[in-house]
Amino acid sequence: MTVRVQTEDFDAGAEIAALRRGNPKIGAVASFIGVARDVNDGDSVSTLTLEHYPGMTEKALEGIVAEARARWDVIELLVVHRVGEIKPTEQIVLVVVAGAHRGEAFAACEFVMDYLKTRAPFWKKEETPKGARWVDARESDDEAAERWAPGKSSAA
Amino acid sequence: MKIKVLYFAGLREQVGSRGEDLDVPPGVTTVAGVRALLQSRGGPWQSALAQSRAVRIAVNQEMAAATTLVRAGDELAFFPPVTGG
Repeated sequence: MTVRVQTEDFDAGAEIAALRRGNPKIGAVASFIGVARDVNDGDSVSTLTLEHYPGMTEKALEGIVAEARARWDVIELLVVHRVGEIKPTEQIVLVVVAGAHRGEAFAACEFVMDYLKTRAPFWKKEETPKGARWVDARESDDEAAERWAPGKSSAA
Repeated sequence: MKIKVLYFAGLREQVGSRGEDLDVPPGVTTVAGVRALLQSRGGPWQSALAQSRAVRIAVNQEMAAATTLVRAGDELAFFPPVTGG
């Protein structure tokens, strides 16, 4: 499975080993792990709760994976995203890209994360001493996704 | 026509609903039209869906524009900008 949404934690090492197993064409594996922090916007955070839109989430992630595969020479691509309650230091998201060479693997991995942050229907709620609040979308995330638009030189 | 409407995250909490089956009167044919119809309920609906608020809308689980046409049986979802990852 290329895309998984789950409440349970994941083992990045085991996921990468499974993805590489027996494939001598793979020369590079790039991965990203997003982790829950204990602070945001100056307040301490004790718990994150991730909500999503079942059905659309999987479709959106599969669309992002398909676009990455169309743009770069990718051999294997995996996205695992957790939902539900997540504590600081716990893992939230895993992206693994395996290709023949590092350049394509690095680029595709960064692209998938930038698009996931702005296009996949997940929402974070954080528990702080001031009460629970929904995390606001960041303009810097939109800008990060924007640079992959066709014609932008930084996406080369 | 009948459509299904879903609400997520902060918007779901503001309007106090996860979703509903909605009977849309003739004349309401677009995403913007459905948004205006829901806004006309007033109170939290008016404020949560106000034009000044950043609201994203999906039709049949794909991101839609204000002008996207709505057809009988469609699934619309209203939600804030996403914050996963």
